[in-house]
Amino acid sequence: MARTVWDSSVGKKTVMAVSGLIMLAYLVVHMLGNLKIFFGSAEFNGYAHWLRTLGEPFLHHEWALWIVRVVLVAAVVAHATAAYQLSRRDIRARPTKYVHTRRRASYATRTMRWGGVILGLFIVWHILDLTTGTVHPNGFQSGHPYQNVIDTFSTWYGNVIYLVAMLALGLHIRHGFWSAAQTLGAGSRTRDRALKAIANVLALVLTLGFVSVPVAVMTGVVS
Amino acid sequence: MKLTLRVWRQRAADTEGAMSTYEVDDISPDMSFLEMLDTLNEDLILRGEDPVAFDHDCREGICGACSLVINGDAHGPERTTTCQLHMRSFADGDTIDVEPWRASAFPVIKDLVVDRSAFDRIIQAGGYITAPTGSAPEAHATAVPKPDADFAFEHAECIGCGACVAACPNGAAMLFTSAKVNHLNVLPQGAPERETRVLDMVARMDEEGFGGCTLAGECATACPKGIPLVSITNMNKEWLRATRKAGKR
Repeated sequence: MARTVWDSSVGKKTVMAVSGLIMLAYLVVHMLGNLKIFFGSAEFNGYAHWLRTLGEPFLHHEWALWIVRVVLVAAVVAHATAAYQLSRRDIRARPTKYVHTRRRASYATRTMRWGGVILGLFIVWHILDLTTGTVHPNGFQSGHPYQNVIDTFSTWYGNVIYLVAMLALGLHIRHGFWSAAQTLGAGSRTRDRALKAIANVLALVLTLGFVSVPVAVMTGVVS
Repeated sequence: MKLTLRVWRQRAADTEGAMSTYEVDDISPDMSFLEMLDTLNEDLILRGEDPVAFDHDCREGICGACSLVINGDAHGPERTTTCQLHMRSFADGDTIDVEPWRASAFPVIKDLVVDRSAFDRIIQAGGYITAPTGSAPEAHATAVPKPDADFAFEHAECIGCGACVAACPNGAAMLFTSAKVNHLNVLPQGAPERETRVLDMVARMDEEGFGGCTLAGECATACPKGIPLVSITNMNKEWLRATRKAGKR
């Protein structure tokens, strides 16, 4: 069965829909956690520490975090691989462009591929910046995420990369959530409006929620 | 009306093609688009040139033979087939671009004619029901609920013209395949092959080299028969159901 799913264009879309929804669910939690920065360094750092102790004593220290990381990496890899293979198929299926071209699909629909590449690159930078600290400006302090976040958003490029990626994220979710519903067969005429509304609300809330952090650092609300 | 036409000319499948410019005069706004092309061809024949090859048959909008991408739109600016598109949809002095369906699964044979036999092979993979032939069965023998009959009929309207593939940025045949799958899968007559139909037709569609669906919605906008985009959603649902059932066997 796994073979039939992966070998079919419809099956690969299903893999993309499921992995996309997993990442989307994670992003909602991630965004809500980020907002703790508005309650000060003690609460934000405390929350970050709690994430490491989650599930104890049943789970060992940091195991819950590692389980989430493994699931997310699997989701990203599955999503990107399926997207790459499907895109190759799509481009092969339409090798000749029309002389008289017309653009009608929405901006969000047309930017799914490049938006996805931007998000992929952003995730790599984001992990190297705030998880491993490899490319972090101004000395990365493990266990002090509040200070690390402020350091990142005190650089112009940190803000630019983040804001661009979050706009790409909003567009990606706007078309992606609704598309996932269609791919999984959950769409219908009566539900179409509701699904589009949920997609737009998710896109807007996640973008605004994530963007509020660098904006707060830039304007000095969080320092 | 006086018009400038820019038409895709290609001598054969394996030769290079290009857009050629022609002037046509004395076009009546009541002519269909195909009659306008007939006028151009008569003129070309009189001048000893090769007439423009294009597909057409019933000229009543029900056979699915005519094609043409007109000014970037499959079947032109109106939501109908090219044969039912009239010149009153254009203005005197317009320049009109006429191109063939573009998809690697629909190779150009000559000028504006493409080979759409890939659609026939998708139908052969499952677009039928297994029923004893002979005299027509008693009409009340198999009851079909009205909503199901309406749903089936809405999808049975697909004439297989290929406008969905031509309009799709990925050259996908999802709308065509979904129309055929939904038409038969909802009816009791189609029930015995409900799972194999959708699995085999989607597999064939992939084999033919059509692209995948990115839900751009261009197909449903171009479809002269108004097959809705939600048909694709419904086929995805049928495909997932069939895959689950096949996995259990």
